[in-house]
Amino acid sequence: MNGLDSAAPGGTDQLDERLSVAKGVELNYDYTKYHPVDEIYEWMKHMEELNPELISSAVYGQTFEGRNITLVKLGLKNPEIREKQVIWMDCGIHAREWIAPAFCQWFVKEIVQSYKTNAQLEQMLQNLDFYVTPIINVDGYMHSWKDNSTRRWRKSRSSPPPGSTCYGVDLNRNFNANWGTVGVSFDSCSDTYCGTGPGSEPEAKAVMDFIGKMLKKVLCFLTIHSAGQLILLPYGHPQIKAPNYEELVSVGEAAAAEMKKLHGMDYTVGTSPQILYANSGSSRDWARLSGIPFSYTFELRDKGEFSHLLPEDQIEPACEEAYAGALSIISYVHNKHFNITVPNSVGTPFKVTETLLTILSTALCVSITTGLLSG
Amino acid sequence: METGELNPNHYPAQRAAKVVLHYINSHYGSPFKVFILQKVHSGNTEDVANSGRKYQLEISVKEMLSNSTHKCTAEVLFPRGERQSSPEVQVSCEEFEKLNTTKDDEALYQKLKTSTSMLSAQNLPDSHGRIDPEMKPIRHLGIVASSFIMLQESNENTLYSMAQVGNVTQLATDTDELKFDYFVLLHDMVSQDILRWNLQISWSPQEGVKILQQEKLPHCHECKMPPASD
Repeated sequence: MNGLDSAAPGGTDQLDERLSVAKGVELNYDYTKYHPVDEIYEWMKHMEELNPELISSAVYGQTFEGRNITLVKLGLKNPEIREKQVIWMDCGIHAREWIAPAFCQWFVKEIVQSYKTNAQLEQMLQNLDFYVTPIINVDGYMHSWKDNSTRRWRKSRSSPPPGSTCYGVDLNRNFNANWGTVGVSFDSCSDTYCGTGPGSEPEAKAVMDFIGKMLKKVLCFLTIHSAGQLILLPYGHPQIKAPNYEELVSVGEAAAAEMKKLHGMDYTVGTSPQILYANSGSSRDWARLSGIPFSYTFELRDKGEFSHLLPEDQIEPACEEAYAGALSIISYVHNKHFNITVPNSVGTPFKVTETLLTILSTALCVSITTGLLSG
Repeated sequence: METGELNPNHYPAQRAAKVVLHYINSHYGSPFKVFILQKVHSGNTEDVANSGRKYQLEISVKEMLSNSTHKCTAEVLFPRGERQSSPEVQVSCEEFEKLNTTKDDEALYQKLKTSTSMLSAQNLPDSHGRIDPEMKPIRHLGIVASSFIMLQESNENTLYSMAQVGNVTQLATDTDELKFDYFVLLHDMVSQDILRWNLQISWSPQEGVKILQQEKLPHCHECKMPPASD
C-alpha cells in the first residue's frame, strides 16, 4: 500500500490520481461554510500549489495591524504572447459581510473546476488575468469572528484618532473619489467614518497603489459586498454621471437577468444615489474615475431578512447566482475588448469564419469518402 | 425631493414600502406569520401642506411560512414638524382575512403557557446565520415586536430590518397573555448603524403582540449584551 509520500513531480500513477482527486475537492475545503482568516489564507496557499499553471499569489499591502493583504491571480499563458488585460475582484472590504469572502473563494473554485472543459473560459484566461482578493479588510474580518458582540463590525481596525475611543474607518468611504463630500461621517465613532483624508487607510491605499501601476490594462473592477441584492454602478455622487452610463446599465441588467435565471432572485441595477443612498470615496467610484471602464459594486443576498447574518445554507445559491452575474459582465468586457462575437441567449447568428466552413466541409468530404457515415 | 410618480425601484419608494411592511408585521404578524417585501409595483409622492409628505404605493408582500403573496395598496405619511413623530400608515391587502391565527400559533401558546420552565434563548440567529428550528417562531415573534419600533423610528432617511435577537427571556405573568423580555439589534441600511433596543412585550394568538415597555440602549459596537432578565 502506498503512503502519501512527498509528491515528487512525475510520481506513480496512483500518486497522480490522488493529486488529481485532491485538485477536484480542494483538500476537502467546504465552500458552503464561512471560514476564518487563517483557513482562507491556508486555502489560498493550497490552491496555488495544486494549480501552478493557473494560479499565483501576491501580497500587495499590509493592513493597519500589519497583516498581509493577499490576492490570487488566475490566468493561463497567452499562446500569442499578447499582453494580458486585467479583471479585478475584491471581497470583504466590510468585515461583517461574510458572504463576500465566501463568494471570492467560490469564484476561484468554479474557475479551477471548469476551465479545462469550458473553451470560452479557457480563452478568457489566456487573454485576461483575474486578480482576486478574498479579504481586503483582514483586520476587520478577523475582529468580526471574535465573538457575538463583534460579529457586526464593519470598518477597519485603525486606532482611534486623538480625543476618540472609537476604532476603524469605513474603507469604502476612504478612496480618492470625491472623498468626504456626501454620504459620509467625520465622526470616528460612525460606521461611515471616512478617515482623515483620501487613502489615509493602508488597506485603501494598497488597492489604489497596486492597481494604479497597471491602470491601462484593467478592463473591469468588481467589488463584492452584502446585503441588498443590488448591482451598483458609478457614481455615488448624485450629480455626477459616468460617460458610459447607458452601457453600464445595460451590462448590469444583463448580469441581473442571468442571476435571476438561477434561483429567481431579483437584483436591482442602478447608481447608489438612485437605489440605495448617495456616498463618496467608494472603491467603485475610484476605479471608474481612474479610467477603468466597467466598475460595479455587487450587493449580494439578502434583502433584510437576515442581512449580514446570511445562513450558511444560502451560501451555495447566493454564490451560484453571483458567479453567473460576474461572469456575464466579465464575458461582455472580454468580448468587447477582443472583438469577439458569440451567440447570446437570444440566439443572434453565430459569426462563422470562412476557415471554419472550409474545415467542416473538408471533414464531411473525408467522412463520406472513407465510409464513416455509411454506418 | 421628487414629487409625483416615483420609480418603484429607487430608494424613496423602497423606503416608504419598508415602513408599510413594518406596519403589516406589527399588526398581522405572529410566531408563524411573518411578511417580507416582495416588490414595489408603483409609487407616488406629494407634499401635504402643514402635515408632511405622503406616499401612495402599490406593493406585494409575501408571507414567509405559507409562501402566499398578497397585493397591497398603502399610504404612508411622514410628518413634518418640530417634533419628530412616527409615520402614519394605512394599508389594505388582498386575502389577508384568510390568514387567521394558525394552529401552530395556538400550539406554541399552549406549550409556553403550560411549561414549567421559562423559555430563554440567545443569538437568534447565531453568527453563521444558524438557528435551531424550534427557536424560529421565537425569532419571528422578535421580528413582530421589532416592527413596532422600526415603524415608530422610521423616516424618509431610514431603512430598518431586524439583524438579530440578542437574547429573549419569557417572564412570569398571571394574565392570559405570555410575556417576554427581548433584546434586539436593528440595522439601519442608510446610516449602516446597529441600534440596540430592549423590549418587554405581551403576546397571545387572540391579542397579538403588544409593547409594554421599550428602551433604546446606548450605541456601542462592542458592548456585551445586557444580561437576560430573571
